[in-house]
Amino acid sequence: MTLIDKLPAGGPIPGSAPLLEVEDLHVEFRTREGVAHAVNGVTYSLHEGETLAVLGESGSGKSVTAQAIMGILDTPPGYVTKGEVRFRGEDLLQMPEDKRRTFRGRRLAMIFQDALSSLNPVFSVGWQIAEMFRVHEGMNKKQALAKAVELMDRVRIPAAKQRVGDYPHQFSGGMRQRIMIAMAIALDPDVLIADEPTTALDVTVQAQVMLLLKELQQESNMGLILITHDLGVVADVADEIAVMYAGRIVERAGVMSAYGNPAHPYTEGLIASIPRVDMKGQELYAIKGIPPNLMHIPAGCPFNPRCRYAQDVCRVDDPPLYDVDSGHASACHFWKEVRDGAIG
Amino acid sequence: MSDVSASAAASVPAAKGMSQHDDAAVSTPSPGQPDEGQGKPRSLGKDAWLDLRTNPIFLVSATLIVILVVMAAFPGLFTSQTPEAADLSKSRVGPSSKAWFGYDLQGGDVYTLTIYGARASIIVGVLATTFTLLVGTLAGIVAGYTGGWVDSVVSRITDVFFAIPLLLGAILIVFSFPTQPGTPSIVIILRVVAAVAVLGWTFVARIMRSSVIQVKQADYVQAARALGAGPIRIVLKHILPNAMAPVIVYSTIALGGYIAVEATLSFLGLGLTPPVVSWGVAISEAATYLRVSPHMLLFPSLFLSITVLAFIMLGDAVRDALDPKLR
Repeated sequence: MTLIDKLPAGGPIPGSAPLLEVEDLHVEFRTREGVAHAVNGVTYSLHEGETLAVLGESGSGKSVTAQAIMGILDTPPGYVTKGEVRFRGEDLLQMPEDKRRTFRGRRLAMIFQDALSSLNPVFSVGWQIAEMFRVHEGMNKKQALAKAVELMDRVRIPAAKQRVGDYPHQFSGGMRQRIMIAMAIALDPDVLIADEPTTALDVTVQAQVMLLLKELQQESNMGLILITHDLGVVADVADEIAVMYAGRIVERAGVMSAYGNPAHPYTEGLIASIPRVDMKGQELYAIKGIPPNLMHIPAGCPFNPRCRYAQDVCRVDDPPLYDVDSGHASACHFWKEVRDGAIG
Repeated sequence: MSDVSASAAASVPAAKGMSQHDDAAVSTPSPGQPDEGQGKPRSLGKDAWLDLRTNPIFLVSATLIVILVVMAAFPGLFTSQTPEAADLSKSRVGPSSKAWFGYDLQGGDVYTLTIYGARASIIVGVLATTFTLLVGTLAGIVAGYTGGWVDSVVSRITDVFFAIPLLLGAILIVFSFPTQPGTPSIVIILRVVAAVAVLGWTFVARIMRSSVIQVKQADYVQAARALGAGPIRIVLKHILPNAMAPVIVYSTIALGGYIAVEATLSFLGLGLTPPVVSWGVAISEAATYLRVSPHMLLFPSLFLSITVLAFIMLGDAVRDALDPKLR
């Protein structure tokens, strides 16, 4: 059913059952002003050892999808109205909250954009990492703290033993994100969702954090969902790409074909808007218009008001995901034109 | 593996003395560094303590409070007389070298009575604060964390109590439950505590509710949920410690206020009544003789004012210490 399943060997082991499958997920936010359709039928899957990059601008629903997978959506106002999230075949959405909670941290873990605000300011980092072992494994304080030091070493925090009692504000941005990562990987989760893990960091530190994530993934063979709007980060680490727009996936592809032959005008626009050294002095490319209001998503293809390929059919028919190639799909009526145009 | 970057330091919120360990220094592991061993990490609480230690307002108010508490616990340390001792022949005799504060209507030593009066005031203040803090914090957390209709119900109940002025309400309550002669002192005191606390908790509940709503949205609460923490753990470990500061400040200031309310009730003859010795009772008795024997009024009111002032000053100092923006 899912396209990624048909992929040739890359990150994932061919033929193996997917670790995590999201199918036709719908999430809406019921607010006073109306209902915002944040996620509208997202489907993707993740295998062991695979890195899936979810791309899209702010408000495209990429973080909301992640929150729905983790089960940490704020309800109200957010509601999952339809769909399934299967972890090793078990639907997380049908699970009672008590059981689902035991999956969080142990099977699925998540790290966030701003590591400073994601760490509790009143407890030392060691205490917070140790907390993972005390909550889930019932370890005593001393054992847990020893494990915390071990983990801080594992995420390459220098002088871990000395710094285990320090507080979050005493660390630099990159170090804080490492601490957050240490907490997330403490119990060897099978799936790690990283929601813009490097956005708040400066460029040199970004690369180090991504490298760390990659190394940790290789050590434990976990599946990694990388939510980002930074295409530069994606190219280096991702196996698969899912591009989101207005709460749906508009293009799915292996990382090479997405960059080489984008088959959706939005992906094409994203790639064209990466600043390039050889284009110095020329005007930067920007996708015209603004993302749609999620309370009033345009009829037909949601991207049509901003699309330079748009025809009458686009304003009426919402395109399904067309198979472009094996493991490559695009939700565009004119994917052929887009793909060929991009090459030429 | 050095995560050194100049901009990393810039991303640390600029606050005095916050990043004691400079990252650049620490990321090169050098165990011989002098501040590694003794440079104990500082929590917000420790930071606040360091701030308080050098604050003259805190030092003055804390000293006064310590003296008052010792006075309340061990009045025998300050005076050799008992509050029951009275010599009618000395009724309303003014201050002298033998009795610095003079004598009251019954010929009791005003100094001794004032010392013993601290106990009732401190007990009322501390018990009323404890009770309002417990009830108010609980109500505030339930309303703020649960939200929805639970919040509406709890908040409306709070509003009903909130609408009754503290002093007026306390007078009504105390008036409705009069004490009989021969009631033990502790019951008389508890009755006043109950009157103050039943109405006083609403302020704490309101402050706590808004504080919890604010903290609830913090990323670390979301992160804790994402890593498997249950609701009880989230409330106790993540929300409560981060939401307590405004309530602590308010309660410190309110403690002084409750003591003043007790004195007012006693002055009106409704609060504490003899045999309980309290400043309010003394003031009430002395008011009639204000023009002829002002010393009877002066000393108990002076102690009352100083006590209330000390707690308000302490609250101010604690607020300044807990609010990093004021540093």
